[in-house]
Amino acid sequence: MGLFDKLKAAVQKTRDILRTDVRDLFKSGVILDEVKLEEFHRGLIHTDMGVVAATALVDEIRAKCGGRTVQPSEIWDTVRAKLKEILKGKGDAVWDANRPLSPLKQAESGPTVILVCGVNGVGKTTSIAKLANFLQKNGKKVVLAAGDTFRAAAVEQLTMWAQRLGCEIVTKASGSDPAAVAFEGCDKAAQLGADYVIIDTAGRLQTATNLMQELGKVHRVIGKRLPGAPHESLLVLDATTGQNGVNQATKFSEAAGCTGIILAKLDGTAKGGVVIAIRQLMGIPVKYVGLGEGIDDMQVFSPDGFVDALFGDA
Amino acid sequence: MLEGLTKSLTESLGSLFRGKLTESNIREGMQKVRQSLLEADVNYDVARDFCAKVTEEAVGERVIKSLNPTEQIISIVFQELINLMGPVDHSIEMRRGELTVLMMCGLQGSGKTTTCGKLARMLKEQGAKPMLVAADLQRPAAIEQLRVIGEQVGVPVYSEDPANSSPVKVCQNGRKAAEKQGCNILILDTAGRLHVDDALMKELIEIDNKLMPHQAFLVCDAMTGQDAVKSAKAFNDALELDGVILTKLDGDTRGGAALSVKAVTGVPIKFIGLGEQLDKIQPFHPDRMAQRILGQGDVATLLEMAQDKLDAQEIERQQERMLQGKFSLDDFLASMQQMKKLGSMKSLLKMIPGMGQVAAALDQFDGMDPDKDLKRVEAMIRSMTLDERRNPDKIDRSRRNRIASGSGTDPVEVNELLKQFKTMAGMMKQMAGLSMVDKMRAMGDLQSMMRPGAAMGMEKQRSVRGPVKRDEIRDQKKKERKQAKDARKRNKKR
Repeated sequence: MGLFDKLKAAVQKTRDILRTDVRDLFKSGVILDEVKLEEFHRGLIHTDMGVVAATALVDEIRAKCGGRTVQPSEIWDTVRAKLKEILKGKGDAVWDANRPLSPLKQAESGPTVILVCGVNGVGKTTSIAKLANFLQKNGKKVVLAAGDTFRAAAVEQLTMWAQRLGCEIVTKASGSDPAAVAFEGCDKAAQLGADYVIIDTAGRLQTATNLMQELGKVHRVIGKRLPGAPHESLLVLDATTGQNGVNQATKFSEAAGCTGIILAKLDGTAKGGVVIAIRQLMGIPVKYVGLGEGIDDMQVFSPDGFVDALFGDA
Repeated sequence: MLEGLTKSLTESLGSLFRGKLTESNIREGMQKVRQSLLEADVNYDVARDFCAKVTEEAVGERVIKSLNPTEQIISIVFQELINLMGPVDHSIEMRRGELTVLMMCGLQGSGKTTTCGKLARMLKEQGAKPMLVAADLQRPAAIEQLRVIGEQVGVPVYSEDPANSSPVKVCQNGRKAAEKQGCNILILDTAGRLHVDDALMKELIEIDNKLMPHQAFLVCDAMTGQDAVKSAKAFNDALELDGVILTKLDGDTRGGAALSVKAVTGVPIKFIGLGEQLDKIQPFHPDRMAQRILGQGDVATLLEMAQDKLDAQEIERQQERMLQGKFSLDDFLASMQQMKKLGSMKSLLKMIPGMGQVAAALDQFDGMDPDKDLKRVEAMIRSMTLDERRNPDKIDRSRRNRIASGSGTDPVEVNELLKQFKTMAGMMKQMAGLSMVDKMRAMGDLQSMMRPGAAMGMEKQRSVRGPVKRDEIRDQKKKERKQAKDARKRNKKR
């Protein structure tokens, strides 16, 4: 299976919607009127990319070809180019499919610290397991820190993964200070000479101020143990999330300085289009995508692949 | 809860109803309503139909000719929102003399296991004997999680070793165990699954066929976007759902999923989850939700909470003291403790009509946290002696300084508190005679005073001497003049 085939399969549904809709709409020699633009708008909204971005796209198309007889390829070029431009940003992120670790920043010396956060139930722990598996496969030594000391059995869940993967894990009793777990994780990684330490955090809604402050503390404490850390602060985002994803990105960035997104659960019918809005508004790039519950179901994000798979090769 | 949607709807309705109402500006306003619904993740088609319906009714002659078109349109939007989300019946039907089986299902991470715990706790409080079954053999430690939750709420949990069992088997054995233990309600916690995963959906249908659950609930994340409709539909097609439980509504999600799930699948929303703690579950009320959306507050919930949590005797005692004019700082402290039981000031403010924006404004100014202020007030009162609390008039400069340094505040703040207390005690005397509902109404009147600019029309308050009493002052001055005159006369005679 090619590298993007899976991704393509995952967003196949979107592609179907958009391809059929738009092909119907933009048959060569079809006049592009408001009714058709409205239909196109609907299709874009259904990807969760956001009203503002979708409206902007439709406006652009309207300005370019409104009321004219259009060629489908013309429209496709506009849409694809626009979305890729948004997702790529100004060259501040690297996605090299041949080097799976390319999106991650690395510490100049000592262990690289990755802090993982997100709201409840987005798949943080599973994503961490996948990421650890990814790193280990590339010959890196990984230490996990079970910083979710709140939810029932969260520590057990990560411990099970650590056993399956055969990597080190730092745990503390339920209810203890997550910052202490993070600190100890960094400590252990430095002692063992590990390459990466991945710190789990409890799921929290971005509106819970005290919990967000706790996250800020975890972030600070890591920096105290290993200067410059965390080198990566990844926000896990559920692909089914709607426009609330933007709020999540905003608030989590304030607390933990997010440097990237892991887009999880992209194997359903949801499109995860909200990352387009997030990239546009806050500049946070997607780094990896989760495509299933299996340990290998994770891939490096590719803007071209994402957009092309989203719209197919029509 | 849905402040986000409320805000943008208020904005669009605000611009809509400035000036005269015409067909064109109704349409323009409805365009905005539609955009804000879409931004709130309401399904595209649902939002479009909603707006079409409201526009149709609003454009009719009836509205344009009515005396107050603004109010009428708001009431139409309100009514349509209720129609969209309701009607709802949030009872869980119990089978008599038989084990009632409830099945929970949903996508991964929607909050099924936590919701199971919340439901079990709620049912237990209502006098039922629930049992939980851990049928999620997929996710590592899911069984462990349910077991911990079961322990917390004091409900038995049935589980099996995932290595040599299957979800169907666990459920069947769980039912036997429940019958043996004399439980009367069984809650099945199934694994999270994608609605497009055929194998797992088949497994769910198999459980449904074998166990014949009396009710099947879909647990749905309130933050879900356009996809909410699709997954709800797929689960409904597979299982014939009896209800939806919407979770994570305590965040700042605009909760559009609530509007669309019901509209598209016809499955009612029964409960809402408002936090990770196991008591954070509430029945879903479409009218309350619609009220919040339109910025009319949620007085009904506030009243219910007040009745639920406040100590009635204590309140009665306080009211009596107020009536007798004996309300002391001590009582004030006690009533503050009562208020705290209801939650933070900010969350209370949000429930009072029209105060939602005040609460939002408070969020923007760091220095204006009513809860923080309350803490300071408490510290100040606690730094006073009992005697001082009962007779605040006794507090002179020296005492004031002592209280300030004792509570880590400024003497000015102590002074401020004493002044406020005096005015408040007067107000309370008036309020004491009213019933709870009348009090709420009085709060509504207060709201009009809170409007910015309203204060300008009020008579100037004299901070030290209290309100001006013109007649008294006039009499006083007259008396003084007379005395002075008499004194002069007497001096002359000598």
